[in-house]
Amino acid sequence: MSTDITNIALVLEDGSVFEGEAVGYMPENGIAAGEVVFHTALTGYQEVFTDPSYAGQIITFTTSHIGNYGVTPIDSESRGTFARGVIMRDMARRHSNWRSESSLDEMLKAQKLPGVAGLDTRRLTRLLRDSGSLRGAFGTADQSALLAAAKNEKGTSGIDLVSEVTTAQPYTVGNGKFNVVAYDFGIKTTILRHLSEIATVTVVPASMSAEEVLSLSPSGVFLSNGPGDPEMVKGATEAIRSIVEAGIPTFGICLGHQLLSRAFGGHTFKLPFGHHGANHPVRHIATGTVEITSQNHNFCVDPDSLSGVADITHVNLNDHTNEGMRLRDLRAFSVQYHPEAGPGPHDSHYLFGQFAELMEKK
Amino acid sequence: MPRRNDLHTILIIGSGPIVIGQACEFDYSGTQACRVLKEEGYRVILANSNPATIMTDPDFADRTYIEPLTPEILARIIEREKPDAVLPTLGGQTGLNLAMALFEKGLVGVPGTPELIGANAEAIATAEDRDKFKQAMIEIGLKVPHSGIAHNMDEATEVLKEIGLPVIIRPAYILGGRGTGIANTMEEFLKLASNGLDASPIREILVETSIVGWKEYELEVMRDHADNCVIICSIENFDPMGVHTGDSITVAPAQTLSDVEYQKMRDAAFACIRRVGVETGGSNVQFALNPANGDLVVIEMNPRVSRSSALASKATGFPIAKIAAKLAVGYTLDEIPNDITKMTPASFEPTIDYVVTKIPRWAFEKLPGTSGVLGTQMQSVGEVMSIGRTFPESLQKGLRSLEQGRLGLNCDGGESLYDALSDEELLQKASIATPERIFQVGEALNRGMGVDRVHDATKIDVWFLDQMQIIIDERHSLEGKSLTQLSRHEVRRAKRLGFSDGQLAYVLKEDEMAVRSYRESLGVIPTYKTVDTCSAEFDAQTPYHYSTYEDENEVRPSSKPRVIILGSGPNRIGQGIEFDYCCVHASFALRAAGYETVMVNCNPETVSTDYDTSDRLYFEPLTREDVLNVIAAETLASGGVAPKVIVGLGGQTPLKLSGLIDPALIAGTSPHSIDLAEDREKWNQLCDSLSIPQPPGGTAVTFAEASVIAQRVGYPVLVRPSYVLGGRAMQIVHDAQALEGAMDQMARDGSLGKEGGLSAERPVLIDHFLEDATEVDVDAIRDHTGEVLIGGVMEHVEEAGVHSGDSACAIPPQTLPVWVIEVISAYTTSIANSLDVRGLVNVQFAVLGTTVFVIEANPRASRTVPFVAKATGVPLAKVASRVMLGATLAELRVEGLLVPPVTGGHVSVKEAVLPFNRFPDVDTALGPEMRSTGEVMGIDRTFGRAFVKSQTAAGTVLPTSGTVFLSFNDGDKPAGIVVAKRLRDLGLGIAATTGTANYLAKFGLPVDRIVGKLSEIEGSALENAAALVANGDISFVVNTPHGSGSRQDGEAIRKAANANGVSSVTTVEAALAAVNGLWEQRSSEVEVRSLQEYHGRA
Repeated sequence: MSTDITNIALVLEDGSVFEGEAVGYMPENGIAAGEVVFHTALTGYQEVFTDPSYAGQIITFTTSHIGNYGVTPIDSESRGTFARGVIMRDMARRHSNWRSESSLDEMLKAQKLPGVAGLDTRRLTRLLRDSGSLRGAFGTADQSALLAAAKNEKGTSGIDLVSEVTTAQPYTVGNGKFNVVAYDFGIKTTILRHLSEIATVTVVPASMSAEEVLSLSPSGVFLSNGPGDPEMVKGATEAIRSIVEAGIPTFGICLGHQLLSRAFGGHTFKLPFGHHGANHPVRHIATGTVEITSQNHNFCVDPDSLSGVADITHVNLNDHTNEGMRLRDLRAFSVQYHPEAGPGPHDSHYLFGQFAELMEKK
Repeated sequence: MPRRNDLHTILIIGSGPIVIGQACEFDYSGTQACRVLKEEGYRVILANSNPATIMTDPDFADRTYIEPLTPEILARIIEREKPDAVLPTLGGQTGLNLAMALFEKGLVGVPGTPELIGANAEAIATAEDRDKFKQAMIEIGLKVPHSGIAHNMDEATEVLKEIGLPVIIRPAYILGGRGTGIANTMEEFLKLASNGLDASPIREILVETSIVGWKEYELEVMRDHADNCVIICSIENFDPMGVHTGDSITVAPAQTLSDVEYQKMRDAAFACIRRVGVETGGSNVQFALNPANGDLVVIEMNPRVSRSSALASKATGFPIAKIAAKLAVGYTLDEIPNDITKMTPASFEPTIDYVVTKIPRWAFEKLPGTSGVLGTQMQSVGEVMSIGRTFPESLQKGLRSLEQGRLGLNCDGGESLYDALSDEELLQKASIATPERIFQVGEALNRGMGVDRVHDATKIDVWFLDQMQIIIDERHSLEGKSLTQLSRHEVRRAKRLGFSDGQLAYVLKEDEMAVRSYRESLGVIPTYKTVDTCSAEFDAQTPYHYSTYEDENEVRPSSKPRVIILGSGPNRIGQGIEFDYCCVHASFALRAAGYETVMVNCNPETVSTDYDTSDRLYFEPLTREDVLNVIAAETLASGGVAPKVIVGLGGQTPLKLSGLIDPALIAGTSPHSIDLAEDREKWNQLCDSLSIPQPPGGTAVTFAEASVIAQRVGYPVLVRPSYVLGGRAMQIVHDAQALEGAMDQMARDGSLGKEGGLSAERPVLIDHFLEDATEVDVDAIRDHTGEVLIGGVMEHVEEAGVHSGDSACAIPPQTLPVWVIEVISAYTTSIANSLDVRGLVNVQFAVLGTTVFVIEANPRASRTVPFVAKATGVPLAKVASRVMLGATLAELRVEGLLVPPVTGGHVSVKEAVLPFNRFPDVDTALGPEMRSTGEVMGIDRTFGRAFVKSQTAAGTVLPTSGTVFLSFNDGDKPAGIVVAKRLRDLGLGIAATTGTANYLAKFGLPVDRIVGKLSEIEGSALENAAALVANGDISFVVNTPHGSGSRQDGEAIRKAANANGVSSVTTVEAALAAVNGLWEQRSSEVEVRSLQEYHGRA
C-alpha cells in the first residue's frame, strides 16, 4: 500500500523549501499555489477544506494525523472545495469511523484538491506565525518553477474571491417560521442548517441589490462568511446599508461581520497570520463569560473605527481583536467568529436564537 | 472574580501512600496546589502520610502534618490549625473520601466549620454515588449503560434479572476500580458482586450491562466560578472497554472521532460537570462509544484532578492542578495567564501537534499467583508517557520507555517469545488483554494476519492497527538489507516511525552503536520540538521538549553551566516517587546555585516532569540512545560545551546508563566506583582490605557454580541478580532443588532481556543468609575532601531477609547499642572513602549478635533519602546534588543549606504499604523480593506511638477489641510470649494454632480458642483458622511463616485475612512493636504535630 510515493516539495515565496509526499490530486502542471495559512483544530478537516472561505488559500493542518475518520458527504460545508491545497504531517492510510463513506485521499482526488503530507508542518507553522501568511506552491514541478508560481500568486489582499464562490442563482432551503434572505459570500452548509431551523432561507448571490432583497420582504437578512478581503466585495456594503436602514433585522458572520462594519464606516485590516482554529477564547462583554470559538479569518475590523456607530459585543482574549458588534439604534449585529461551528465548539449557538428574537420583535 | 480575601488558612489533603490507582500524580497536583496557594499569600496546611512526596517537603506548606490520613487525625489538625477552607480535590480518592467523612461528622462544609472548596459535599456525592450519578445523567438527557444499584446479594440478583449477563460490577466510592469486574457467568457474578460489596466503603455496587468492546474516551474538563468550561484534552483508549483506563494504553488527542462526534461529547462533558455541580477545578468524564453506530454513554466522572488530568497536563502543557487551585480560591479562567505563552489567557482549549501515548507498567512478575489478565480493576503500578509527531513514533518511544528490555514494537530479542506459537495461538493470546498484548498484536501483524483479522480478535480500532501495520511494513522493507546500503531517506523514514537504533540493529543484524554512527554520518539526528499548548500559534516561553525526526530544532542556545538530571522512569515496585523526590530536589538546589538544570524523564505522574521544575524538560525514554541524543542536543545548544550528567539520583534506571555515557560528564561518584560496588569480586576485595565482615558468598552463572558456592557457605543462601532494584527475583533458598529453580528462572529472564535476568555480564550473587539478623540501612554523603556526613541510621523492624523496602524501620535505631551504631558509622565512612563517593551512598548492614556484616553498598540515592530528610530536617538530596557538582559539606554549612540534624524528642517510623488487597491470590508473607508500592511515616514522641501511627497510616487496623489469631514459627515463639501477654493486658482474646497454644500455655497464657492447621482438621473437631477469619471472628492476624518447608497453612490464613480485610502482620517483630505501641497508647489520645515544629522551624 505504501508504494507509489511521490516525493515533492513545498516552496514559499521567501525561498523556504519543505520536503513531503504528494497526496490527493495533482494538477497536470504539477503546481498547486496559493496563500499558505495554518489551522489548529484537532478535528474537522473535511469541514475546513470544504469551507469556501479558504478560496485562494492552501491550508496547513497542524494536528499530526489527518484523514483518520474518513469523510462523509454530510460533513461538507459547500458544494465543492475552493481551497488551493492542503498540507499535513500525516495522511491516514486507512480510516475508521462508522460515519465515513470514503477516504480523505479519495475525496481529495474526486474534488481535485492537491495535497502534500509528511513535511515538518510545525516548522512551517512557526514560519507563518513569525513572518505572516506567505504565498507558496507545491507539486511535482521543479523547485524553481514552484518558487516562481509562489511569487506569482496574488494572495488574498486586494482581490475579489467572493465572486468565485458565491451561488450563481438564488435557491431556497429550510421551512421555518421566518423568511430569511442569506447573502452567499461563500456560505457554509452548517450555517444554512442552523438558519433552516428558524427560517425559510433564500440564498442569494453576493451581487444581489438591496432592492431585489427587499422585494422578497424578508423577516431578516443574513450576511455570510466568505473568503478574502472585505474591501473587494463590490456593491455589498451599499446593499447592506440600505437593507439595515430599511429596518430589516440583520445578522452577519465573519466576512458578513466585516461587510456590515464597513457598511457603517468601519475599517478592516489584515492580520499577520489570521485566526484559523477551534480554540479561540472570546469574551461576551455583556455577560463576561468566555466562549471557545471556531475561527477562520485573515481580515479584522478595527473597533475604534466603529465608535459612536456600534457597540462592541465580543472581544478576542488572545490578541484583543474585535469579535463582534451591534449597531446602535439599528437592528443589526454580527460576529467575527463562527457560532455555527462546523467544525468547532457549540458555545455560541445562542446567536442564532438572538437573530430569531430580533426578527420576532418586528 | 479575583482572589478570595475572606480565606486565610487552607488545608490541603494529600493522597497518602502510593498504592495501585493512586500514585505520584497526586504529589504532582498537590505540590502545584501548595505552591500556588502559598504564592497567593494563603497560609497552607498540608496533611499527608507519605514522606516520599515532594509536597511534604517543609518548604511547600506553612504547616506540614505527616500524620495518618484518617478522619480522626484530620479533625485534630483542623482543631489545631482552624483553617477557613479545606481543598479536597487534589488528593485523589483519598482526599475526597476524607472530605466526605469529615462532612458527615459535621466537621467541614457546614456553617461554622471550614468551607469545602473545589467541590462541595453534594457534588462529591453526586459524582461518587453510582445511583445518584446515573439519575443525574438521565435527568440531563445523557445515556448511561443500563444498570441497577444493589446493597446486598439479594438486590444484586434482582438487578441481574432485569439486565441479564454479561454485566459489570462497580462498587461505589472506590479507587482504581477496586472490586470491579465483568461477570459472564452466574458463578462469576456471585463472586464479583460479593467482592464488590466488600470493596465499597458504603456497601453499594452498580450492576451494569457490559459494553465490552466499545471504544473508550476521556475528556478533561475545567470549570470556573463564572461557569466558563473548557476541555483541556481528549484521550482515546487503544484498548477498548473492558480494561480499566489506568491499565489501558491511551492516546491523546482522540484520533478516530469526527468533529461532529467530538463536539457532541464535549457538550455532554460540560452538561455533566454542571449537573454534578463541580463549581471550580478539573474533572474527568469517561465515555463509551459504540463503534457500530456512534451511540454514546457516560461511564463515570471524577470530580477532582486525577491520574488522567496529570497525563493531560503533561500531554498538553496546561497545568490542570495549578489552575484548579487558582480557580478554587476565586479566580476565573480568563484572569489566569497561560504559563507557556504568557501572552494568552488560560481560558482556551489546548491544541497539540503531536501524539501522546501512555502505556502502563505492571508488576505481575513480583506477585506469583496472579493471572496477569487485565480487567476492570486497575493492576498497573506505574506508567510511561511518550511524545512523537505521529502515533507510530509515539507508540515505539513509549514501549522502549517501559524499561522492560523491549526496544519498541518488537524487532528485538523479546519477540522470540512468540516463535513457538501458531497463528491461532497467537491470536487467541492477543484477544485477551494482558501486558504482552501490544507485542502479540505486533507479531500477528508481522505474520501478515492482517488488520481486520486482528481487529476481530481484539476489537482494537483498525486505525490504530493500521498505524502499527505501517511500522511492521517498514520493518519488512528493511529486512534483508545491509546498514550501509540504506539511504538517508530510508534511515530517516524508519526513525520517523519511531524505530530505535537498537531495533534497526536487530533488523539489520548490526551493532546498535554502528547504526548510531552510520545514522549520524547521514545527518539523521533528532530535532527537539516544544510542547506549547497551541500548536505553535504563539511563541512558547517554556522549554518543554520532545524528540522527533523533522527539519527544525527548537532548543534555544544558552551559555549558563548546565546539568542534566536523569530521572527514574516509570514507577515500579522498588523504584518510585522517592527517586523523583531526589531528582526534583537536585533540580531545585542546583537552580538556586546558578546552574541551568535539564530534566530527562518519561513518567507523566511526577513532579520532575512538571515543566516548572527544571530550566528545561525533555520528555524522553531513558535509554542509551535517547539520553545520548539529549546530551548531544544540549552540547549543541551551549556552543559545544558538554553538560554534566547526574546518574545517581534516579535509582537503577540512570545508574544502568552510567557506563554508556562519557565518564568525564558524570557528576558525582564515577562510573568506575559504581562498578566497583556492583562487581562482586572487586567489592569483596574492598571489604577484605577494610577488614569489614561480609556474609560468605560468591557469584555464579550456572546452577553448578551456584551449587558449589551454596555448599561451601551453607544453606540457606540468598540468591540475587546484579543491577536490579527492589529485590527483583531475589530469593532465600534452603536446598539445592530450590536453588536450581531460581537459577533456571533467571536464565530464562536473561535470554528475554528481562530485569533480573542472568547473563555472563550479569552473574547471580549467592550469599549465606544470616537468619535472625537485624538489618540496618545507612544513608550518607561524602564530598571530594573526604568528609562523610552520616544522614541517617535506620534500624529495621523486620529481620534481615525481608526486603528493606518492605520492612518498617526507625530513626533513631531502637535496639542497637550505641557502640554498634558507631561501628556502623565507621564502616560506612571507610566504605565511602574507599569507593571515592561524591554524593550519596547507601550501605546495608546485618547485625548478628555483636558482629556487623556489610551486605551491600550503593553509591547512589536510596529509597530512604526523603524519609531521612523528613525525620532529621536535613535536606539530603539537595546537599548531595551540590556535592556532586563539587561543593564541599563545609561550604554548604556556611551557605546554610546543610543544617545540623534534629535529634531527640521524636522517633520516626517508615512503614511499607503493600498491594495485596488487589491481589487476593497472592501470599502476603514478606520476603526478599520487594512488593510494596509505597510507604508512610509515623512520627511521635516514642517508638511505640510512632509505630502505631505508621500502621494506621498504612491502613493496618490494629486490634482494640475482639480476638487476635496467633501462629508463630518455633524461632519466634519466645517473643510470642510477650505478644500474647500484652494482648491479654489489653483485654483482647487470643486464638492460636495447636503448637502455639501449647507453647503459650507453658508460660501461663492459655488461649481462648485452639484452631487446627489444614493438615490437622480433617476428621478432627478443630476449627479451621481460615474459616474463622472469613466468618469475622478474628480482628487481627499474627502469622509468622517459617522459611523452609510447607508454607501452605500460613498462606491460607494470610490469604483469608487479606481477602476479608482483616489486618495481619507476618513477622514477630512487627507484632511486638504493634502490641507495645497499643499498650503505650491505651490511656492517652493521639497527638498531632507538624514537621515544622519537629524541625524547630515553627
